[in-house]
Amino acid sequence: MKPFSKINSIITPFDKANVDTDQIIPKQFLKLITKSGFGKFLFYDWRFNHDGKEKDDFILNDLHYQNSQILVTNENFGCGSSREHAVWALKDFGFDVIISPSFADIFYSNCFKNGVLPIILDIENIKKLLKFKDKIELDLQSQTINFGSESINFQIDSHRKTRLLEGLDDIDLTLKEDEKIENFEKNSSRISIFE
Amino acid sequence: MTETLFEKIWNSHVVVERENEPSLIYIDRHLIHEVTSPQAFDGLRVNNRKVRRPDLTVATIDHNVPTTDRSLPMIDETSSTQIKTLEKNCKDFGIKLFGINDPNQGIVHVIGPQLGITLPGSTIVCGDSHTSTQGAFGAFAFGIGTSEVEHTLATQTLWLEKPKTFEILATGKRKNSFAVTSKDIILSIIKQIGTDGGTGHVLEYRGDAISDLSMEQRMTICNMSIEAGSRAGLIAPDEKTYDYLNNREYTPKNYDELVDEWKNNLMSDPNSKFDKSFTIDVEQIEPQVSWGTNPAMVSDVTGKIPTPEDFGQNNEIQIESAKKALSYMDLKPDTAIVEIPIDRVFIGSCTNARLEDLKDAAEIVKGKTVNSDVNAMVVPGSQMVKLEAEKLGLDKIFKDANFEWRESGCSMCLGMNPDILKPGERCASTSNRNFEGRQGSGGRTHLVSPVMAAASAIAGHFVDVREWC
Repeated sequence: MKPFSKINSIITPFDKANVDTDQIIPKQFLKLITKSGFGKFLFYDWRFNHDGKEKDDFILNDLHYQNSQILVTNENFGCGSSREHAVWALKDFGFDVIISPSFADIFYSNCFKNGVLPIILDIENIKKLLKFKDKIELDLQSQTINFGSESINFQIDSHRKTRLLEGLDDIDLTLKEDEKIENFEKNSSRISIFE
Repeated sequence: MTETLFEKIWNSHVVVERENEPSLIYIDRHLIHEVTSPQAFDGLRVNNRKVRRPDLTVATIDHNVPTTDRSLPMIDETSSTQIKTLEKNCKDFGIKLFGINDPNQGIVHVIGPQLGITLPGSTIVCGDSHTSTQGAFGAFAFGIGTSEVEHTLATQTLWLEKPKTFEILATGKRKNSFAVTSKDIILSIIKQIGTDGGTGHVLEYRGDAISDLSMEQRMTICNMSIEAGSRAGLIAPDEKTYDYLNNREYTPKNYDELVDEWKNNLMSDPNSKFDKSFTIDVEQIEPQVSWGTNPAMVSDVTGKIPTPEDFGQNNEIQIESAKKALSYMDLKPDTAIVEIPIDRVFIGSCTNARLEDLKDAAEIVKGKTVNSDVNAMVVPGSQMVKLEAEKLGLDKIFKDANFEWRESGCSMCLGMNPDILKPGERCASTSNRNFEGRQGSGGRTHLVSPVMAAASAIAGHFVDVREWC
């Protein structure tokens, strides 16, 4: 995984609550067997008309935001299905950061596995960011967001932070604990399905 | 020190624990299906890794499968590729697969319990959010993403932050226990605690109204924990649990010994502390019908569509969501629920397609005919459920009433196979999610219980099923 670096980008304001993963990536696109190429299907039913043409009034179709790396949204983002395809689609589309007052648990966890940083902020700061038009500076190392003359800090679990900053592979890290896993299995034998 | 049931299960599965860090938790059962696993197996191949414990892992095919005649070739090439990919992956990595023509094929959360693979006190994962279903057996069962599927395959463990605990205490007795079902209980709970009420928590459903339920009814409740934002919901095992799992195909050989052990351990200690608590009196619960585009937008069947302002209660975001939902659903405030006509009925899904669900629905349907404006289908949760239902003659009751009787799978719950709503079609569905487009782009979903779905199919609109039984 690529190490997570500083971000300097405008925000895509996406003022919706309870955005579910069925909206982020509808089911007809879950049949691919690779991790790439999901960006073109992101928010498919909201982005495109039935004839496949882009909807003019949908924000992601506004060219002004085409290089934006930051999506700011409202509460309970990513609820519903566990499909990691939702994160793959957001990342492939160009979003490296999602900022919301709250995230659904599985979605939140899926973000970190794919180098996407989900940031939880209080509703007042979300409101400010949703209105902010210029570029903002986001630094994971110092856990700060600078916009205009303001600066806010955000919280993140230190281990998740390290893994993002260093682009570490979870499985490699876990395999370093292999002896402990083996001991656990020896000390309390697990019940095989096919005994 | 007192412990909750969840804490006991958690503590007995900790492999690595360090202060202020996530813990490494051992996984006892890993269930796999075709949609969320291909990229995980690819990851193993690229890094030259093996599956650590194939003996704790099983796979089935459920999301993509056609529910029509399976002797015919599949029309959808991408679905077919995904299915073949799982078949190859299982063969290459030595994993037992209940394939498309296996008598044990079915929705992954239905076959786990039915085969005795689901065990009390265990940790269970699957790349599917409705894994929470199996919490009904007193297991810590939760959905994971594809990266975590790969991690589990490679290490049989997961790094997890310990969730908080949330007690849902259900008291009282349902007034009509045939017409008011466990689906109505869970929809009422979600209506009140919200779609993110349980975020970061494991729910434990407790109280007489829960003990009173059969195992299949309990599974319906735990199934929809995720719709309240909880990755997992669980119920302490009791005699019903132990009886249900006895003598299943994969029930462990030393089952009696295990049961003795579980009986001594698997319950929240008296006076144990939960981080949150919510009480619901089931006596007050009516049959429920969802009217919006998330599972908290739910009404009593005798109620009316609310105004966005009434629904939102001064919360701007909620008011805005309700406006959008009503527009998508093409519904107007103050319309009586029972006046809403329907085009389709879907009795199926991991929420409500087990034998009891089908028996109860058939009881309503028997001797009647589906309204001529409605297209109705029954999709059993597994091939075994289908076979058992057929032994009881339920297929005949449904077919005689003009229901379609299908092969098992996830089907129209999420419409990854050809079973989808057309744009604008309105469906009474026993599934779990009424999100926009969930059952087909532009489709409108109303979540209900199996008996409500059955009665509505006959009437052509929603009805209060209590008047039918």
